[in-house]
Amino acid sequence: MSEPFLIGDNMTGGYGRGPDILHNCTISVNKGEIAVIVGPNGAGKSTAMKATFGMLNVRSGAVRLDGEDITKLSPQERVMKGMGFVPQVRNIFPSMTVEENLEMGAYIRSDDYRETMEQVYDLFPILRDKRFQAAGELSGGQRQQVAVGRALMTKPKVLLLDEPTAGVSPVVMDELFDRIIEVSRTGIPILMVEQNAKQALEIADRAYVLVQGANAHTGTGKDLLADPEVRRSFLGG
Amino acid sequence: MDFLNAVVAITNLLIIPATTYGAQLALGALGVTLIYSILRFSNFAHGDTMAFGTVVTIGITTLFQSWGISLGPLPTALLALPFAVAITAVLLVGTDFAIYRFYRKKRAVPIIFVMASLGVMFVMNGLIRFMAGVKDQTFDDGTRFIIKARDFKNWSGLDEALALRTTQVLTLVVAIAIVAWLFWFLNKTRTGKSMRAFSDNEDLALLSGINPNRVVMVTWVIVAMLATTAGVLYGLDKAYSPYTYFQLLLPTFAAAIVGGLGNPLGAIVGGFVVSFSEVMVTYVWKKVAIYLLPEALEPNGLLQLMSTEYKFAVSFAILVVVLLFKPTGLFKGQSV
Repeated sequence: MSEPFLIGDNMTGGYGRGPDILHNCTISVNKGEIAVIVGPNGAGKSTAMKATFGMLNVRSGAVRLDGEDITKLSPQERVMKGMGFVPQVRNIFPSMTVEENLEMGAYIRSDDYRETMEQVYDLFPILRDKRFQAAGELSGGQRQQVAVGRALMTKPKVLLLDEPTAGVSPVVMDELFDRIIEVSRTGIPILMVEQNAKQALEIADRAYVLVQGANAHTGTGKDLLADPEVRRSFLGG
Repeated sequence: MDFLNAVVAITNLLIIPATTYGAQLALGALGVTLIYSILRFSNFAHGDTMAFGTVVTIGITTLFQSWGISLGPLPTALLALPFAVAITAVLLVGTDFAIYRFYRKKRAVPIIFVMASLGVMFVMNGLIRFMAGVKDQTFDDGTRFIIKARDFKNWSGLDEALALRTTQVLTLVVAIAIVAWLFWFLNKTRTGKSMRAFSDNEDLALLSGINPNRVVMVTWVIVAMLATTAGVLYGLDKAYSPYTYFQLLLPTFAAAIVGGLGNPLGAIVGGFVVSFSEVMVTYVWKKVAIYLLPEALEPNGLLQLMSTEYKFAVSFAILVVVLLFKPTGLFKGQSV
């Protein structure tokens, strides 16, 4: 089997000079796939994803994007390489309008980005209606759409989402999951961390259960949903 | 007639001066608010930045005058202003390079920056005294008045006079032009938007590929423009003196905080709130009262709430009240 499009291979590391949080952790996502990272609180889910994005010190192991070793690159350089990252919190420019948020997402692009903006508006129609409203005045679910839209403006080759449904109501959560599937159908591989393990596993082509910074279970979403041990420990039976 | 006289008296000594002063404060407060929202600290050296810009303008103006260059009816200082802005910008960017950048790299807390700016303030304080001495200086030339007091009396037949000085009109015109340009720049240009993005959410701005060093540099250049213009307009309107400019720091900060720190629109409104309060509290209302009230109620005193020496108490009072009851200011700003 060929190597996945984005892979954090055998990563061990932590923030700055702090202790290691990840221990030989491997996560990856293939083209056309949705990969999710689930696990109990404090398992290092977000940390594992941030490691692939260069936000912590990976002491051993490597991160490769499309076969290229990017372990030493800064997050900004990884954005240039085609990674899009949506942080869990503070992921929009609240006082700026929706359209300006998208423009800032396209800041590194020197070509005409209007077409991409149209695509984002097609994907998230509500944003088109609210394009001249300050992003900070939108509801939680709409803000998350702005955040994802901003990241899509660079035309990323892979999209990283850190708990996109944190703090939104169940109805909005379902809608967000639908949108994420739609984004994935446009051909962008998605790696995301999710608190709502059950829903996340249902849409996952590939899933990782992390425990204390190490891989505990790996498989397709369906496999893990069916796995009695995973069900018992993480999904509440 | 009495009513008209009252209106003229109020216009002449309250509305016109307060509007002019308010515009000057607004420009100063815009600089403070810009630094606060992008570099995230209160710049105590702002008053002395205004003084520095003015001192340089005075120097260049003198040079131009010695060359026989003038702007006719307008003050020569207006011609010197762009050069002074450029020199002030070099000083500010240099200061940032030598001092603030160091603390930014260390990701120091805002209070460290404030203390550093206090040090910068003392150095600039010395620098401007070294360059231009401590005496008051006036440097407005050209036509003094647009409407002269005597002409107005003859024309209107009123007892009260109204005078409008060139510098007062100039202050308003220049201030409006600069504010209009600033808002256009912040809202319509790519660089301006990147500055707002940086102010809104620094981490996300970095992720979006916005270059922080460029944002910081552009900010200092704009601050140099705002501070120098504010200082020069104030100096043309009144006079330059290092003490007065140092003391301008208080009403300037009061204006920025009243309006809501970090909010440009708030800084402008705040400037006028502070200036009108200050002038109204120190205004001698006796004349107006005589015109408007029946003779029996004619006041004995001057009807001045506070003598002008205490005008800074007004800024202080406004500052305390705002911080107590509405720490984010009139407009949505950051709380201090």
